[in-house]
Amino acid sequence: MDKRYPDKPDTVYFFGTCLVDAVYPEAGMAAIRLLQREGVRVVFPQNQSCCGQPAYNSGFPDEARAVARQQLDTFTRDYPIVVPSGSCAGMMKRHYPMLFARDRDLSRIRAFSNRIFELTEFLVHVLKVKLEDRGDPIQVTWHSSCHAAREMGVTEDSKNLVRQLKNVTLTELEKERECCGFGGTFAVKQPAISAAMVTDKIADIRGTGAGRVLSGDCGCLMNITGAMERGKVGIQGQHIAQFLWERTNG
Amino acid sequence: MSNTARERIFAKLRPAVAAGQFDIPSPELPPRPEWTPSEKVQKLKTLMEAVRSEVHVVKADAWTDALKALARQRGFKTLLHGPGTQVGDAVKQAWSEGSGGLPALRTYEGAIENYKDTLFHDTDVGITSTLGGIAESGALILWPDAEEPRLMSLIPPIHIAVLDADKIYATFSEAMERMSWSEKMPTNALLISGPSKTADIEMTLAFGVHGPKELIVFILEP
Amino acid sequence: MGDQTFSFEKNVETALGDTQLRANFEYAMSTLYQKRKAVFADEAETERLREVGNAVRQRALSKLPELLEKLEKKCIENGIQVHWAETTDEANRIILKIMDDHRATRMVKGKSMVSEEMHLNKFLEEHGKEVMETDLGEYIIQLAGETPSHIIVPAVHKNKDQIAKLFHEKIPGAPYTEKVEELNALARKTLREKFQHADIGLSGVNMAVAETGTLCLVENEGNGRMCTTVPPVHVAVMGLEKVVEKLSDVPPVLRLLTGSATGQIITTYFNMITTPRKPGEKDGPEEVHLVILDNGRSAILKDPELRQTLQCIRCGTCLNHCPVYTRIGGHAYGFVYPGPIGKILTPQMEGLEKTGGIISASSLCNACEEVCPVKIPIPELIRRLRNESYDSKGSVPGHGYKWNLPEVLVWKAWALVNRYPRLNELAMKVGGLFGDRFPKIGPLKQWTRVRTTPRLARHSLHELVKTEGVDHE
Repeated sequence: MDKRYPDKPDTVYFFGTCLVDAVYPEAGMAAIRLLQREGVRVVFPQNQSCCGQPAYNSGFPDEARAVARQQLDTFTRDYPIVVPSGSCAGMMKRHYPMLFARDRDLSRIRAFSNRIFELTEFLVHVLKVKLEDRGDPIQVTWHSSCHAAREMGVTEDSKNLVRQLKNVTLTELEKERECCGFGGTFAVKQPAISAAMVTDKIADIRGTGAGRVLSGDCGCLMNITGAMERGKVGIQGQHIAQFLWERTNG
Repeated sequence: MSNTARERIFAKLRPAVAAGQFDIPSPELPPRPEWTPSEKVQKLKTLMEAVRSEVHVVKADAWTDALKALARQRGFKTLLHGPGTQVGDAVKQAWSEGSGGLPALRTYEGAIENYKDTLFHDTDVGITSTLGGIAESGALILWPDAEEPRLMSLIPPIHIAVLDADKIYATFSEAMERMSWSEKMPTNALLISGPSKTADIEMTLAFGVHGPKELIVFILEP
Repeated sequence: MGDQTFSFEKNVETALGDTQLRANFEYAMSTLYQKRKAVFADEAETERLREVGNAVRQRALSKLPELLEKLEKKCIENGIQVHWAETTDEANRIILKIMDDHRATRMVKGKSMVSEEMHLNKFLEEHGKEVMETDLGEYIIQLAGETPSHIIVPAVHKNKDQIAKLFHEKIPGAPYTEKVEELNALARKTLREKFQHADIGLSGVNMAVAETGTLCLVENEGNGRMCTTVPPVHVAVMGLEKVVEKLSDVPPVLRLLTGSATGQIITTYFNMITTPRKPGEKDGPEEVHLVILDNGRSAILKDPELRQTLQCIRCGTCLNHCPVYTRIGGHAYGFVYPGPIGKILTPQMEGLEKTGGIISASSLCNACEEVCPVKIPIPELIRRLRNESYDSKGSVPGHGYKWNLPEVLVWKAWALVNRYPRLNELAMKVGGLFGDRFPKIGPLKQWTRVRTTPRLARHSLHELVKTEGVDHE
C-alpha cells in the first residue's frame, strides 16, 4: 500500500463523517481534542456532510458523485484532511479517483485524495503522539473495519495507540480480519446474513474476555453495540478517539 | 453446424477487443532461486516427502541394487517396465543377473485396448524414467512415450520413478526454457508430485483414491 | 436451478437455519483459509506473483480472438478436433453427436465447471447415456442427486457421516463405514471399473495454451488422467476465456491456481495434453475433441470494466474467504457459480433480473479482492452491477430491472440533504428530536431484527464544534 506522510502541519481539516455527526458526535469532539492537544489547529468546515459511500455502494454513483463533490468544494485549502473512520477515509482516498475517473478535474481530485488520512494513522505517523494513561486497569479488544484494514491498512496503527496505554490490556480477536456484517445498506438488504455475521463477531468479542470493544469506525460500532445491547451482552463499544481522550485527559 | 457458431462468436469477440481500453502491465516474474545441485535434491526430496512420496537418493551405479532390495523387502509380485529406455533396460539387465524373490517383469503388450485387463487387475508396480524434476515445486516431469506409455504411471497401485539428480531444475519455467518445450510439446507432458490423493471428504487427506497409492522415487547421484 | 422459483432470500434463511451445514462449511473454509495462508506466507512474493497472474490473464483477454484462432489452428495441426458452441445447448449437442458417432454410451467425467454450466449430465442422461462423475466430490454429489456447492470441493457441504450413509445406500454391496480411507476405497473400486469400460472421457480445461495448442489440467486424484487417457475418445470442454498466450504463461498461473485453491505448492498431477495418441503409442485416446463454449462470455468482454470477470481462473479462493459464502454455502446462490465470483459472473450470464438478491449479498468487505490470484476487483464490479440493476440505460442483461421510484427518490433526497448544508442542518435537528423513537418500518425494521435502534444525538458534531469553540469556517 502506497503510503506517504507529511511533516507535522500547523493546521488540519477535520472531516467528521455523517455517522459521527448524527450518532457519535462526542467521538468526533474527542478526535478533535486529541489533534488540538498536539498543537495543531483543527478546522471543521460547516459545509461538510457525507463522503458519499452509502449511495456509491448501493448502486447510485451519480448521487454519490454529487455528494462527494460537495466535500471536494468544501475542503479546498491545502491542509491534510483527518477522518475518524477507516471506511470513509478509504472512500475518499481510494474510491474518489475511480468515481471521478472521467472527470476533467481528476488531477484536483487525486490531490484531494492524497490529503486524506485516517485519524489513528495521522496520530501515529504525522503527530507521533505519546500517550500517558491515567485510567484504571481495563481489558479491551479491537475491531477493525474491513476498509481500515484493507483499504487504509491502519489496523496496526490503531492497535499501537491502544498499546501505548500502560493500564490497558489489548486482547485481539481470533478473526480480526473478518467483517462484522455492517456493510452499510447490506445490513438492511440482507438482514439475515448480516445478523449471522454480527452474531459470530460478538461471540469472538466475548471470547476475548474483554469488557470493552474499541473500533475506529462508527458503522461497525453501531452494528456491534446495537446487537450487543439487544442481546444483553454486557460489553461496551466505543470509538477509539473517545477512549484515548478519556484515558489520557483524566 | 459449429462453423456458424464459430462465426457468430468471433463476430462478437473482434469488436469487443478492438474497442480496446486495455492497459496491460508487464511485471517481472519473481527472481529464480539460485540453488546448488545438492540444495535442489534436498528441496525436491523434502517437498515430495511432505506429500507422502518415498524418496531414495542413491548412487547411479547402485540404483538397481537398491530397487531389487526394496522389491524383495516389499514383496512386489509384478513389475511393469519399458524396455528400450535406459531405466527399462537397466531393470531388465539387473533382473537377468539374478531374480530370486523378485517380482515378475512385465512389458506393456500392444495397445491399451488389449492390455487393459492385465494392467488394471494384474500389475503391482510400474517403473518409469523421468525427464527431470522441479525443485521449487517438488515435482517430477514425465513425457510418456511408446516405450513408457501414459498409463504405466497411473494404473498400477505403485509407481516407481527414476530421476537423474543433474536433471533437477530450479523452477518449472526454467525446465520449459532449457528444454525448449514450446518447440516440441509431446502427446502428453506430466508433472507428478506424489501419490494420488483427495481431501474431498471433510478435508481429510487420503491417498490412493484413483491413481497410485504409493510413489517411490530414486534420485540417482553421480 | 436458476428458474423462476429461485428465491435467494428463502435459500439464505434455509441455509442459515441448518446448523450441520454451517458447521461443515465453517470447518472446511477455515481449513482452506489456513492452508492458503501457509503456502503464500511471503507476502511480497505473492503480490508479485499476483501481478504476473493479472497481466497474463489481461494480456490473453486483450488478444482473445487472435489467441483462440491460434489455439484452434495449433490444435488442428496437432490432431485435436475443435468445436465452437455459442450456447450450452449447442455444446451439449456437439458432445452427444460425438458420442453417437462412436456409438458411445458410457462416459466417465472429470471435474468441469463448464459442464455444470451446461447441465451436461442431465442432457446426456435424457438421451440414454450413462454419465459417471469420477472426481470423488463430484461422485458424492452425483450419488446424492445434488449440484456442487463449491467450485473446487463440490461436496464440501457434506460431512463424513452423511457420505457414509449415502455410500451405504447407493453403492451396491457397500458396507456402512465412517472411515474416510474406507470410503475412498469404495469409490476407487467402483470407479476403476467405470474407467476401464468407458467409451468416452470428458474433462474440463484449466488453461489452453495458444502457442502450442496444449490443454492443461490440474488435479490431485488421478481421475482426470484416467478420463483423458483410458477411453478411446476424449472430449475437453472449456469456456472461451481460458486461453493463455504462451507456454511460459503456464507456470505462474499454475502456481497461483494451486496455492489459491487448496494451499498446495503444486497438485499431485499437472496434465498437459497436446495430441491424440500418435502412431506407435500404446495408450491415450485415438481422438481428442475440444469444445469451446461462449455462453455469454463474448458479451462480457466488450465492457472494459466488467471484462475483468473473465480473468478468473476458477480457484475458488474468493469463496473460502467470503464471510457471506462461508455462512450460507454454495447452494443458496441457486446457480452454478457461487460466492463472490458467482455474484459478478452469474448476473452477467443469466441476467440481473433472474439472479435477484445475489448482488446485494456482499458487505463489500474486500476480502475476495485481497486474495484473488489474478486481482479481479470483485467489490468494484459488484458496485457496478448494483448500479446496472437500477440503470435503465445500462448494458448488462436485465439492467434497470430494479428501478423503482421510491428507492430512487430516497437516494435523490439523500443527495439533496448532503449537498445543501442548510437542509443537512435541519435534518440533523429534526432527527435529534426523535432520538431513537423512530417507527420500526422499512430498513429500520430489518436493522432492529437483532439490534437496538441507533440513537440520533441531540446535538450534531456540526453544532458541537461551534459551542466548543473549534474553528468552523
